[in-house]
Amino acid sequence: MTQDENRQDRQRGLAFVVKSQLLSADDVSRAMKRMAHEVIERNQGLDCISVVGIQRGGVAIATQLAAMLSSIGHVEVPVAALDVTYYRDDIGATPLKDAALTTLRDDLTNRTVILVDDVLFTGRTIRAALAALGDWGRPTAVQLAVLVDRGHRELPIRPDYVGKNLPTALSETVKATLEGVWLGTGATS
Amino acid sequence: MSMRGANLLTLEGMGREAILDVLDTAASFFDVNQRTVKKVPALKGRVVASLFFEESTRTRLSFETAAKRLGADVVSLAVASSSVKKGESLRDTISTIDALGLDAVVLRHRSSGAAVQVSRYVPHVRVINAGDGQHQHPTQGLLDVFTVRQILAERHGVVASDSGSSLFQGLRVLIVGDIRHSRVARSDIAAYSALGAEVRVAAPGTLLPTALDGWPVTVANNFEEALAWADVVGLLRLQHERGSGSFVPSLSEFTSTFGLTMERVALLKPEAIVMHPGPMNRGVEVDSLVADLPQSVITRQVTNGVPVRMAVLYLSVAEKKESL
Repeated sequence: MTQDENRQDRQRGLAFVVKSQLLSADDVSRAMKRMAHEVIERNQGLDCISVVGIQRGGVAIATQLAAMLSSIGHVEVPVAALDVTYYRDDIGATPLKDAALTTLRDDLTNRTVILVDDVLFTGRTIRAALAALGDWGRPTAVQLAVLVDRGHRELPIRPDYVGKNLPTALSETVKATLEGVWLGTGATS
Repeated sequence: MSMRGANLLTLEGMGREAILDVLDTAASFFDVNQRTVKKVPALKGRVVASLFFEESTRTRLSFETAAKRLGADVVSLAVASSSVKKGESLRDTISTIDALGLDAVVLRHRSSGAAVQVSRYVPHVRVINAGDGQHQHPTQGLLDVFTVRQILAERHGVVASDSGSSLFQGLRVLIVGDIRHSRVARSDIAAYSALGAEVRVAAPGTLLPTALDGWPVTVANNFEEALAWADVVGLLRLQHERGSGSFVPSLSEFTSTFGLTMERVALLKPEAIVMHPGPMNRGVEVDSLVADLPQSVITRQVTNGVPVRMAVLYLSVAEKKESL
């Protein structure tokens, strides 16, 4: 199955069928804690950190990551949701997707943005998110945190923080939430 | 029928789901319009032609702003200084502009049915009706129901785009004035009734259409009672350019019988929503002071015009065309 066929399958809305559970909720929680510590270690503090979750799967993970950062670092770390629908490069090539809410309001100039998504796959969503972030100012740096990196990149994009590296076949899909990570087939959302 | 990848010629028969699709999409564009950078690249490199064969301030500005905020290029025809004045036909004008390479045409024309005609001339181009004669003004109807849903959602403390059509169930809408010549009335009636609201019209007999058969409306026998009944009052402009003046004995008589005067405002529910599509004939269908009352949402209608038209252009143009 090619990547495009795989996308079409997901767009047709074939329901997600679980093949196996790869991480439990506890595993996810431990991976999230490790990522939070890595963020603090790499940035030497949290004063300029803003966490931005990509709609829809990245928002819950971003919210949890920001809560962990706040609790470990004893500072309030801002978190917001970003919808990238209107920045995608497949507009006109595939059926339109419904937009979700963007709650990002702050100017991100001179902030370090931790961009968060559930699953890193082709990298095209991240490219759209990077284009979108530019409309909120000029961040000092953008770092990418994902719960699962499943490979198959189509663009030169690399995550900075990874919960779990997961080699997958193109025909498979990955569902990654705070409640666990599953490998299966069909649409995950 | 969904308008994704399709023309927007009329709201008649469009259906609840298709209207809600536009309203929900418009809500996300409303959000874009609140940002510092009020622009997304969703229609980057697409070309939208704005063809206004009839005067317009807000619709034209609103459509062109919407297209630009989607990243599209706008080709705008100033009819007064174009070859139309030399007698060029609509078909030839459209063909000429089409030869420049177009994705969408936004058309305003004094003839009912002009948008349908143009959609036949250029079947590969998306046609958005921005008002055709007395027939339809679909985006005005959409922005009116968008505005009402937004206000009601705020009052009820719910998210408008999660509310579907629920806020319209049992909603009482009164449309007043020059129903006969008004394309806004026709689009508003279609939109409100598709969403489940109850629509009444109030007008002098001469300004009602000759036959209301099949319209999902009732005629208010008593204007004052209807004002007290209504949750939403939609005022219409008296259309001098379509000869409305000869349908009423005098403007002052129209004002005294069907104008929203300050005395009549006292009859309204405190939470009633007063709308007007503009431009207003202050002192005719609406007292000059009424426009500035807290119940009046006229400037909000204008503000919402941009996100609603962004949604229409986006859904129509961005969706891959299946049949063509």
